[in-house]
Amino acid sequence: MNKFEQELRNGNFVCGECSKCNKLVWPPSDLCNNCFNNVKWRPISKIAKLVEFSSKNDEYFCIAEFENQIRVMGKVENILNLHVGQTLTLVKCGFDGKEIFVFELAD
Amino acid sequence: MKKVGIVTGGITKFTKTDISIESLLVSAIKQIFDNSSNLSQKDVDVVLTSTNANNKYLANISSELSGMAPKIAHSVESLCNSGTNCIVSAYAYISSGLADVALVAGAEKTDSPGLVLDWDKSRGQYKHPIYWSSMFTSAHKRKFGTTLEDLAYVGANNHRNALDTPYAYFEKPFSVEEIMESKPLTENLRLLDCSMPCNGSAAILLASENVIKNFCEQPIWMTGIGQKAISASFTKNDDLTSMKSTILSASDAYKMSKKAAEDIDAAELHDAFSICEIIELEDLGLVPKGEGGSYVRRLYDTKDRKINPRGGLIGTGHPLGATGIAQTIEICQQLQGKAGKRQIDGAKTGLIHNMSAAATSSTVLILES
Repeated sequence: MNKFEQELRNGNFVCGECSKCNKLVWPPSDLCNNCFNNVKWRPISKIAKLVEFSSKNDEYFCIAEFENQIRVMGKVENILNLHVGQTLTLVKCGFDGKEIFVFELAD
Repeated sequence: MKKVGIVTGGITKFTKTDISIESLLVSAIKQIFDNSSNLSQKDVDVVLTSTNANNKYLANISSELSGMAPKIAHSVESLCNSGTNCIVSAYAYISSGLADVALVAGAEKTDSPGLVLDWDKSRGQYKHPIYWSSMFTSAHKRKFGTTLEDLAYVGANNHRNALDTPYAYFEKPFSVEEIMESKPLTENLRLLDCSMPCNGSAAILLASENVIKNFCEQPIWMTGIGQKAISASFTKNDDLTSMKSTILSASDAYKMSKKAAEDIDAAELHDAFSICEIIELEDLGLVPKGEGGSYVRRLYDTKDRKINPRGGLIGTGHPLGATGIAQTIEICQQLQGKAGKRQIDGAKTGLIHNMSAAATSSTVLILES
């Protein structure tokens, strides 16, 4: 199990940042995909931008973008009218065999 | 580089009947020998197998079960475009001079581990392909006004075309209304907007210009190849109204063949979901951007078979490792004038588009008679 998955199980969304070229490496990896140096794991901002969304039954799912580059798919809760470009807050993350990201509309 | 041509192909019935993957492969390979009277097992220099199955050493196993002892034998796995990737590998062996004759056989079973890319952490809990296809649909609807009814026309057209394809999984047509009313899977997707995983196999024989006339009188030439792998994770696809890997691989294939979209008489497009066909029509340059939805309606209304004449993945089924090979065989038959009821009159130049994992990679082939 890598650091990303360990932290996600504890409710923390972390990502590797290259110790040499400072690139954020996504999807998570122990080595930088630019210069192959080791990464340092750091928390990712909880603020994200809504890139796209759809729904299944009454549940919305979306693509959200963190720090202008890291995109993940997650669930959106407590929102009636979604619009691309809205600001979201990551309110929960975890791991139950799959990565779980839950968002709400930011204030 | 040596010129490379296609001799013939063989395809098994696409079903849900439980058959071993080895038996599926040998059944398709048998048809290659049935269709090529001068071909003997000792003529085959290369045997490549295309599959996502966990079975090991399949190229060697199917060679032994078919009485072949090739110089080169191995498998190629690349999810849904394994088939065309395998054909490109065979092309490379022949064009480089390492081989003169290559047999490519692909097979998959309904429970293939290639159906979902579990590795992709960026998909979160939404790993199944219905979720990425719903995202493409949302984006295309918003930007171009594409409707769910437009999507239903893709399925109606491909199911109708598949009625004339003997190996197709589906053997009955579905109307636009039936597709619209089929089980909703997401806001943007109904059951009949999806291709059906199934058991099936397809095999194809390639040969160099030096020897191809020994095996057939009407070879079909591979004149254009384009491949691009953007990423493996879905969320690297910046513009969800487009498939960047398709645009880039099409550009390379057109350039290599010195052809343009206007020259294409018949095309096999990777309609894993109905939205895919609409986006691919646009990204391959076959219609202007944003007009895929209106174009598929015209195809249906005019019974035009130019796109997915065999019924695509939606009409025939989608045995992953066999799909790209079956698509290529269809274009060969069209260019040889041997497509029977599916024949497009006067087809001289054809295109195959095969992609994987939300179009994170694509392959485009151009064939000419």
